[in-house]
Amino acid sequence: MTPLIEAVAVSKRFAGGLGRESTLALEGLSLAISAERPAIIAVVGESGSGKTTLARLLLGLADPTGGEVRYRGEDLRRLGRNKWRAFRRDVQAVFQDPYGVYNPFYRVDHVLATPVRRFGLAASRAAGRELIAEVLRAVGLRPEEILGRYPHQLSGGQRQRVMVARALLPKPKLIVADEPVSMVDASLRATILAALRQLTDEHGISILYITHDLATAYQVSDAILVLYRARLVEAGAVERVVRAPQHPYTQLLVAAVPRAHQARDWIEEGYEAPHNGGGMISDGCPFADRCAHATSLCAVAPPLYRTEVRRVVACVLYREYPTLAARELGRWLSI
Amino acid sequence: MSEPVLRVERLRVAFDHPLGKVQAVDDVSFALLPGERLGLAGESGSGKSTLALSIMRMIKPPGRIEAGAVWLDGGRLADLDEEGLRAVRLASIALVPQGSMNSLNPVLRIGQQIADALVDHGLRLGRRAEERRVAALLTEVGLAANVARMYPHELSGGMKQRACIAIAIALRPKVIIADEPTSALDVVVQRQVMATLARVQQELGAAVILIGHDMGLMAQFVDRLGIMYAGRLVEVAPIADIIAHPRHPYTRALIASLPSLDVRGALAGIPGLAPSLRDLPSGCAFHPRCGFAVDRCRGERPVLRDLAGGEVACHLA
Repeated sequence: MTPLIEAVAVSKRFAGGLGRESTLALEGLSLAISAERPAIIAVVGESGSGKTTLARLLLGLADPTGGEVRYRGEDLRRLGRNKWRAFRRDVQAVFQDPYGVYNPFYRVDHVLATPVRRFGLAASRAAGRELIAEVLRAVGLRPEEILGRYPHQLSGGQRQRVMVARALLPKPKLIVADEPVSMVDASLRATILAALRQLTDEHGISILYITHDLATAYQVSDAILVLYRARLVEAGAVERVVRAPQHPYTQLLVAAVPRAHQARDWIEEGYEAPHNGGGMISDGCPFADRCAHATSLCAVAPPLYRTEVRRVVACVLYREYPTLAARELGRWLSI
Repeated sequence: MSEPVLRVERLRVAFDHPLGKVQAVDDVSFALLPGERLGLAGESGSGKSTLALSIMRMIKPPGRIEAGAVWLDGGRLADLDEEGLRAVRLASIALVPQGSMNSLNPVLRIGQQIADALVDHGLRLGRRAEERRVAALLTEVGLAANVARMYPHELSGGMKQRACIAIAIALRPKVIIADEPTSALDVVVQRQVMATLARVQQELGAAVILIGHDMGLMAQFVDRLGIMYAGRLVEVAPIADIIAHPRHPYTRALIASLPSLDVRGALAGIPGLAPSLRDLPSGCAFHPRCGFAVDRCRGERPVLRDLAGGEVACHLA
């Protein structure tokens, strides 16, 4: 079946002006979101790993410099007017900052009523109000406590849930959520993430959950992609990747999460060597300069090795396994 | 048992507001032993950062310290005038404020900013000696000595946070208060910065107050944890005890609400919202969100009382 959204070996390079080197933000990434089987896919990486660039490419907010993003099989750049409109309804976004998106002079209703009007989602005012109440309830909010208020009268968690509710209005198939809970108080994160999980399980909406927080990704998602300096290093079912990470970077990442219910060896084991994060990305493995296993083989970018049924690792440590062409990754993972 | 290096006694901090007084810190007492690592955790608005600022006597109007005392190294901070306070800050007690890595001056080199801290607090060194001191401080926090000649924009987040720690330890304080020092950093960098803070703290023999809300980080770093709710301390206990057997229902909810890598699919938010400090619920401030609340919780405010191994403010404990 044709996926709803598919990234086929997409790359994004930002040109450097005035003799500056260009910056590689994303290199050869593939990803597919099924139109039939809703799931939460997490994209995890540190700042500068390319995860927000991926979100912008999938939302059509930026054009890839290599590869293509397809909506129901068609390149986003070649969508006709009607298809583009359908894409705009099917794919919604929730961004990081639940403060910046509101106009403080308008009531919260405004941010919800606008898409109803623009997309012509309701036949009458009353139907529009009912639709808005419905999406608010879907994210666990009571409409009577939200509507008629100004943004500053809501908590950060409420504001972010209103943004999720807004994304639900056009009945999308996919929500791209870029760090949706990183600015929300820790105790509220669980509530918002549970609301996202419910959207997938009960409303059949897929979610691309972009985050730097491995723990929340582990809690809500089905599959996970780990990015490091513009490249995919590991991908697979979240339970396997987090429980038994295979790429040395994923191993470092999992070990770096401080855990409440484990022996207190986190500080002692925390190796201190600060790395030079802004360094040039060579043609080889992006992690080679920090990796304890690095050899001369790492001077060439490693292919994706299929170490398990639904798992790939971009590391030569696993070179006895069969490889997978990068452009195949999306569909292969979603099977 | 050694004498506490820092003692906070019945501290009350309020903010005056046209709509009424906001009690941001309400009757908080605790003691910190030399070399001890104490954590303070709670939701946003629970008074953690205000507590830190008021310990430093850095609360600005409309905020004011209403009552209580802070004893640092045997001396009462309230007895000091502005000059005296300046001498104590950084030299005896240093604060790494929230978001401090973004407070570095963008047009001054890192070395200059560290040297300013030394000079500002009365240390007059020759240029050579000053350079050596700055280089030593940078090395101490895991940065190369040549970082002294760099500007903040040339550093990564982790490097900037290290530079802030270098400033905080410049005068060998006995107490370091770190307010969410790693909340803007990636986990791998967070671990490195916390390891640096732990090492520097041990070398100085300083005590640390770590403010934050990541229970995993608390569990791995602090010796003792205090939980704040609506401006009050509601539970204080050694870290292993509080993680294994939290006694206050709020502590339990806080621990359960934090997504972990240990158990999957156990996402449970804390129901309801943190109360408005201007209009606190009667009795126990947590009772409207508490699943165990009884009549007594609505009518009578629980006080922090000793219970084997810790303190807890809950009628049901």
